[in-house]
Amino acid sequence: MSAIHCHQLCKTFHQGDEIITGLDHVDITIETGEFVCLSGPSGSGKTTLLNAIGGLDTPDSGEIRMGDLRIDQLKRGALADMRLHHIGFVFQAYNLIPVLSARENVEFVMQVQGVATAERARKANAILAEVGLQGLEDRRPAQLSGGQQQRVAVARAIVSQPDLVLADEPTANLDSVAAAHLMGLFASLNENHGATFVIATHDKRVMAYARRLVKMQDGKIISDEAQ
Amino acid sequence: MKSVVLRMAWRNLWRHGRRTWLTVGAMIFSNSLLVFSISLQFGSYDMMIDNSLQTFSGHIQLQHPSYLDQPKMRYTLADIVANAQKLRDELALESISARASGFALASSNKRSHGIQLLGVDAKHEPLVSTFPGLVNEGRYLGPGAQEEIVIGSILARNLKVGIGDELSFLGSGLDESFAAGVVTVVGIFESGIPDLDRAMAQINLGYFQDSFAMQRAGHSIVIRAAHIDDVDGLMARISAGIDDPSRIVPRDWNELQPGLRQAIQADMTSAWFMYIVLIVLVAFSVLNTQLMSVLERTREFGTMMALGLKPIHLARLVMLETGMMTALGLLLGITLGALITAYLSVVGFSYPGMEEMAVKFNLPDRMYPAISPLSLTLGPVIVALGSLLAAIYPALRLNRLQPIEAMRAV
Ligand SMILES: Nc1ncnc2c1ncn2[C@@H]1O[C@H](COP(=O)(O)OP(=O)(O)OP(=O)(O)O)[C@@H](O)[C@H]1O
Ligand SMILES: [Mg+2]
Repeated sequence: MSAIHCHQLCKTFHQGDEIITGLDHVDITIETGEFVCLSGPSGSGKTTLLNAIGGLDTPDSGEIRMGDLRIDQLKRGALADMRLHHIGFVFQAYNLIPVLSARENVEFVMQVQGVATAERARKANAILAEVGLQGLEDRRPAQLSGGQQQRVAVARAIVSQPDLVLADEPTANLDSVAAAHLMGLFASLNENHGATFVIATHDKRVMAYARRLVKMQDGKIISDEAQ
Repeated sequence: MKSVVLRMAWRNLWRHGRRTWLTVGAMIFSNSLLVFSISLQFGSYDMMIDNSLQTFSGHIQLQHPSYLDQPKMRYTLADIVANAQKLRDELALESISARASGFALASSNKRSHGIQLLGVDAKHEPLVSTFPGLVNEGRYLGPGAQEEIVIGSILARNLKVGIGDELSFLGSGLDESFAAGVVTVVGIFESGIPDLDRAMAQINLGYFQDSFAMQRAGHSIVIRAAHIDDVDGLMARISAGIDDPSRIVPRDWNELQPGLRQAIQADMTSAWFMYIVLIVLVAFSVLNTQLMSVLERTREFGTMMALGLKPIHLARLVMLETGMMTALGLLLGITLGALITAYLSVVGFSYPGMEEMAVKFNLPDRMYPAISPLSLTLGPVIVALGSLLAAIYPALRLNRLQPIEAMRAV
């Protein structure tokens, strides 16, 4: 996976007569293997930027390139393939599939990816144990707490060791032990597999792990520092 | 089930169990109704064919090649009685009878009417035709007896004759000579078919041959098979045994009574019109169910797309769910339909008025649906195809979904 370049990204939303700025001429380059935190107040455009990078939403103007690939110009099918095989998403509102158990939620994407049955089960059990959900594999989302659901969503995102992880508030509902464990997991995936991480968060504990901290406000990047 | 996708599809069906059961119930209802109606239809066609062929024409007739299109006196078969007996021996089948036929003017001392006069083998005729059994006044012809005649009820009324009265007939013989005779009415039949009751009369074959100067010739050898399914086999054996196809050919019931097929086809068409209405109703019920289920799950579908699934994956999921629902309706519908139909095909059933008709026209007094692999599956398979077709629209709607918008939906 190559570096990601965003150039002059703009995105506005229309709500009735109101025009809401999501992204306002954003320039950012994320190198392969980086561990980046996006922070900023609510409504500053963090989720909008993650969505643009992941090809879930197209910007009104500007470019997003991944190496030579223009993500903003890719066809829908190609974007879906890119997400399926290279990107792990953790959504702000976990978005688990209600009729599937924790294990099945994790296995589901692997099945679509074409992973063999036995390997699927083994990987799903291992990753669920990693995020601290051993013994809860057969519960449905409705039988799990918010934090537990969040951990299932994280497990689903990273089980296939994607090249890029886009995580939106992955620790919002976790106690500090669980949060620290999760960040440790992210860090080891980053170090051992070279996966790139972009994490939107308000959480100081998360920012502590970041080697680069990007602050946003009103759809603009207001500071970008290595640390 | 190893596949998560299959498990998901199955569980999705039961998120709204009552709604799913209503749709499946509609399928079960129409499938079992279709199984029953189609089996009954097939059963009644069998009965229709049987009855109609039993009355007169038989399943197969051997004739002169030109006789079918032009039933003229001169298109004869030689040595007809001996040949009929030969055929009985060869086919090991008793229900084979020889006939000759001609037109004549029948006169009583009051009136005259044109009739079709048939010379029959009084011993074997009852085995190929129900006519002898339809004689409801007097008796049928005695074997070999001369100068006896049985006539239709309308003809008897028109000629103002009864049992024991004398009739004379006048026709032209094979050698163009006059064919004439005086006969005594020994029986009057009522077939319920006005044409036959008005114009048909039967005398003994030997007497017919003498009167019409036919020597040992006749016009047809009538064969009644034990079952309609035997006809093709018999046809093959008979054809193989014919030395000279320019003098004698076998004709099966389709050729003898072309109207029968057409009547069946017409009935089929009108029945299918009803069936199609039923099938369309089921399809709409599926359409409604699947459309609702797709709309309710917009958010979930959005998530799946965000995870990298394409609309085609989602469409497949919807079709899979529909397929499962349809399979359930198919299996239960066929089972229920088969049970009801099997029961009625043993005990039979009748509708009001049927028994009177049956007695009058020498028909069976109960209907028996004929269960067969085709009658069991034909309707339900079409219902299933209709249902799957109906689910295509909700499945295609997923193509319009945008992941972000969909995930924001409630
Ligand atoms: N689909 C949408 N329709 C209308 N407005 C939107 C839409 N998506 C985002 N916005 C607006 O765009 C701005 C940026 O939103 P975004 O979700 O990126 O913020 P955020 O930084 O992720 O906030 P939070 O920390 O609360 O998650 C906000 O003002 C938000 O209301
Ligand atoms: Mg956000």
